[in-house]
Amino acid sequence: MPEATFLDSNELVLNMGPQHPSTHGVLRVILKLDGEKVLGTECVIGYLHRGVEKIAENRTYTMFNPYVDRMDYVAAVSNGLGYCLAAEKLGAVEIPERAQVVRVILTELNRISSHLLWLGTHALDIGAITPVFYCFREREEVLKIFEKYCGARLTTHAFRIGGLQYDTYDNFEQDCLKFCDWFLPKVDEYEELLTTNRIWVARTKGIGILNIEDCKSYGVTGPVIRAAGLEWDLRKAQPYSGYENYDFDIPTAQNGDTYDRYIVRMQEMRQSARIIRQAVGKLPSGAIRGKVAKVFKPAIGEAYQSIEAPKGELGYFIVSDGSTQPYRLRVRPPSFVNLCALDRMCRGALIADVVAIIGTIDIVLGEVDR
Amino acid sequence: MPDEEKPVGGPASSDDKAAPESKPAAESKPVDKPPADKPAGEKPVAAADAAPAEKPAAKPPAEKPAAKAEGEKPAAKAPPRMATTPWDGPLVDRLRERFSAEITEFSSYLGDSFLVTNLPGVFPILQYLKADEGFDYLVDVTAVHYPEKEKPFEVVWILYSHPHNVRIRVKTAVVESETPRSADSLYATANWLEREVYDMFGIAFAEHPNMTRILLPDEWQGYPLRKDYSIIQQDQDWVRENLNIESAQ
Repeated sequence: MPEATFLDSNELVLNMGPQHPSTHGVLRVILKLDGEKVLGTECVIGYLHRGVEKIAENRTYTMFNPYVDRMDYVAAVSNGLGYCLAAEKLGAVEIPERAQVVRVILTELNRISSHLLWLGTHALDIGAITPVFYCFREREEVLKIFEKYCGARLTTHAFRIGGLQYDTYDNFEQDCLKFCDWFLPKVDEYEELLTTNRIWVARTKGIGILNIEDCKSYGVTGPVIRAAGLEWDLRKAQPYSGYENYDFDIPTAQNGDTYDRYIVRMQEMRQSARIIRQAVGKLPSGAIRGKVAKVFKPAIGEAYQSIEAPKGELGYFIVSDGSTQPYRLRVRPPSFVNLCALDRMCRGALIADVVAIIGTIDIVLGEVDR
Repeated sequence: MPDEEKPVGGPASSDDKAAPESKPAAESKPVDKPPADKPAGEKPVAAADAAPAEKPAAKPPAEKPAAKAEGEKPAAKAPPRMATTPWDGPLVDRLRERFSAEITEFSSYLGDSFLVTNLPGVFPILQYLKADEGFDYLVDVTAVHYPEKEKPFEVVWILYSHPHNVRIRVKTAVVESETPRSADSLYATANWLEREVYDMFGIAFAEHPNMTRILLPDEWQGYPLRKDYSIIQQDQDWVRENLNIESAQ
């Protein structure tokens, strides 16, 4: 390829990040360029590595619970759900029905807030300034519900092993329904801004294509694989927390490009609102925490449990030696695995597209580096 | 060293109060850990004769403390181990037929199925599972360190099959110097996942295109997720040289 260029230009190695605003944190991408065309990339990660898995081995199961919120901090509730489910599977804990439904409501609210943050920043990276203000306005309402529920907005520590720590506050149901009613027209508003916007379409259509085979090979999950056309969502494939009781669709698209991933995520926000409405409608009364020993000691063994986090499959593999602390805890982070497909998506694209592609994968570096 | 760290996580909840009594001894001597913490409730399951003969032979050190525990707690009979049930089915039959020499165990625990194989069997098994059994998605590659075992590192591959909606694990035990063959040629995602295993455990994968550290700095000494690596340990020289501070703690 380089010898075919008109001016016989040389390859240029350019360093992007870790302080680049469009890398969503501290991602460093080394780009090999031929003019403006990307010949290859290499990610340098680990700037936020805190050794979460090592910390887990030195904390009790209960003490480690808040740490997981610090991985994907824009979807802290999902992280907590995945961890609690894995620990509950290992300890064979039954979760009361009410706790399950509240968990679904909060997790779906969190999916909306995570997608909103993604949409705002992704559009901002590409040059559309307006959506980020709208998205943060709506996200604020979700965070207010979290704050009223548990006192925290971002790193919520909303769930405990066995269920919930707090019951819902007065008017929790009304707040959720009011939010859904108010939020759905807003999604249409975003779509009006972007879906048929010529610049948006030109910047996203056909950019960063990843087909189903590549998605599978790279282990890519979540909206990225659904945008490539595979109707696969862990909430349907291997339901947890009673997701089998809700009526919702898995949005998919065909081309697997940046535009399709945008469309899929917009649909997912609508589906999340649909799930929240159903869940609020059938929120049962009763206990919020199952029978869990004060000192949580799962039997010797190991278990893998994964959930459909906003970014893809979030898995926890826990090995127990029968003590109060995990012998080994492995987090299977969707951001980390999805990011390894960046090189595949960037090759042949222009340097401006790299910004769009990093945005479309929807990574959080706190989760990539752990 | 790990014991010094203990007071940091002071009792925050009722669960934590119980931790210190069993933990300090267990941390410094991992071998003593299982019997010290063995809850009474799990004994009947642990006694179930489900695991094949291979397993006790693989970890004789764990049995010694169990005998000691019998003196303290008369009810303790069997050495602590995962209360697995056998894993059966058409897939197992086909695997047994092809890899009878390599695979030593087919088990299930809490609904998760896994197989244990010797090291040379790993790559052909992954290859077969991908090509003929529809396991088209490598979920994760990770490892667990059991310092008291003869082969201290257990490498775990988690596989998922989109057509069959099934998730299984492939496990093998290795010593530090052994190099499992990289699955990079089968699953592109193995590239980064194997690099993380190398980074954290020091298990190098053969035929990997870029066997370097991924999260830690390239020059970092030591492998943090090994059990002999304390939680407050760090590469002092690296920290001094690159961050210009005495300690990163």
